[in-house]
Formats: sequence, C-alpha cells, structure tokens
Amino acid sequence: MALQRSDLKEGVQFEQVVVENLSRIQIVMYSGASGDYNFLHNDEVAATAAGYPSVFAHGMLTMGVTSRMLTDTVGDGRLTKFGGRFTSQVWPGDTLTAKATVGAVREEDGVHLVDLVVSTVNQKDVEVFGGYATARIDP
Amino acid sequence: MADQGFPIEASHVMMFARSIGDSNPIYYDAEYAATTEPGTIIAPPTFERASSQFREHGLRPDNDPKRQAERREAAAKAAAEAAGESGAAPRGPGGSGLHAEQHYEYHQPMRVGEVLTSTTTPGKRWEKEGRRAGKLVFSDTVTEWRNQQGELVITARGVSVRTERPVES
Repeated sequence: MALQRSDLKEGVQFEQVVVENLSRIQIVMYSGASGDYNFLHNDEVAATAAGYPSVFAHGMLTMGVTSRMLTDTVGDGRLTKFGGRFTSQVWPGDTLTAKATVGAVREEDGVHLVDLVVSTVNQKDVEVFGGYATARIDP
Repeated sequence: MADQGFPIEASHVMMFARSIGDSNPIYYDAEYAATTEPGTIIAPPTFERASSQFREHGLRPDNDPKRQAERREAAAKAAAEAAGESGAAPRGPGGSGLHAEQHYEYHQPMRVGEVLTSTTTPGKRWEKEGRRAGKLVFSDTVTEWRNQQGELVITARGVSVRTERPVES
C-alpha cells in the first residue's frame, strides 16, 4: 500500500475524483461531524440574504476530500505534512478532482520522503485548493 | 466544558470519514485496522478540525432556550448602553470571516482512544487589498496537540480572513 522510492519519478501525477455533484446533504454531514455550523454552509436563506448565491462548502470539507486522494496514494499514517490555501469556493453541484504531482524524492535523517504538489480543481478546471504534502515512503 | 481535551472517539471518526466520502475501513473497522501499519483505528488527516465539538465556544449554535434568553437580554442591554453613549446603534462589519489557509504537520497518527490537549498561540495579523472582496484582514493561529504521554501528535496552523464584501467565486 505504501509508496516505494523506485515508483516515484519527479512529475508523476496521481489524481482521483473526490466529490461528484456535491450535495447539500454532504455539506450538512460535514457540519455535523466537524462541528462547524457556520450559517454560510448550513442555512441557504441566511446565506442568500448575506449576498451569496447559495450555501457553499466548508474549506475544510474540500481539504478533507483532498486528503482522501493523498492517503489512498501514500498509505495510511504516512503523511508528515499537508497544507494549502482555499483558492475558490465550492458550491453544491460541483465535482472535484484532487491531484498530487511528485516533486522531490529525498532523505532526511535516514527517513525517505516524497514532496507532493497538491491541487484540487472543480469541473471547470478552476483550482479550489492549492497546496503541498510530504509523506514517508519505503526505501 | 473547558479543558476537557479532544477525545479521539471511534463513532466520531466514522462519521467524519463518511462526511468526506472516505470509505477506507481503517477509519471504522478495528479488525482491519489491526492488520495495517498504524495497527489501530486512526483519524483522517484533517480530523483536527472536529475538535470544535469539544471547545466551549465552538462553531455551533447554543440550542438551550434558557441560555438563548439570557444572551438575548445581555445583547439588548449592551445595544441600549451603546446607543445611549453614541446616540446610534452599533454597526457590525459588512463582510464575513472565512478560512483562507490550513497547514498541518503530523508527528504521529491520531489514534482512537487517545485524548489530545492543545496549546494555541495567536500569531500575526496583516492586511491586503483584495480585488473581489475589498479590504482583507488576515490572522493566523498555531495549535499544538499532544497525547496523554505529552508527545506531540499534530501541529495545526490556520489562517482566517475577514472580508469587506461577500466573495462569490
């Protein structure tokens, strides 16, 4: 399941559809599980009154679905770093594809690591989350 | 409920994994998890966000009618006092607070059964002129989570931004 150093070449890309046609129900599920009940994600009437076209997803829901592509790629418990910016909003109906591109493959204090450039895009190919991850790999 | 820590609980992890559409059995099946490298049920990488459930002033409405009434009275009193001082009702900011960035460093997995405690350091505050949302005010916080043995589990740095106007794209 974990990545082997020999499998990894700079520029190799992994990608996965992590949300298809985002439902308001999934946004509600994330609110309930995460405890983030901000009205902008949960109350369409109030979100509209505040000037938004509808409710929209929590940034952390986007980061959460993106993490699934990463753990499916690098294995469980292998991430050492994961971060980034929420670059565009995610709306009900969106389909998200999370991508990881291999950067450096390196060794630090005897631990083999891979650096990944992470980008999650919507169905219009607009980036909604852009960041990075580092994971332990097998030698 | 201050300082009760962040318990990593099995059903909470299961619900969180469902909400991000991740059906990996390591998040709910103890027998399967025992065969994996971590050896036990662990939480998905962004589960730290769910610590909001255990904060006294988390990101949730308070549905207790008694406390709601108390807060309404306190708010009405504060508004009346503010109006008395300035001759006008106070106005809130036009935009809203949004999450701009999130960064995690993982020192070890978050394992079911652990109770994590945190130390939070408020960080910097800076401003930027945005094209879409007017003036943007950023601020960051760094939170270190440790297990009961005092070992560092996860370091989280969050950046939030307050906007002048709603952002629509």
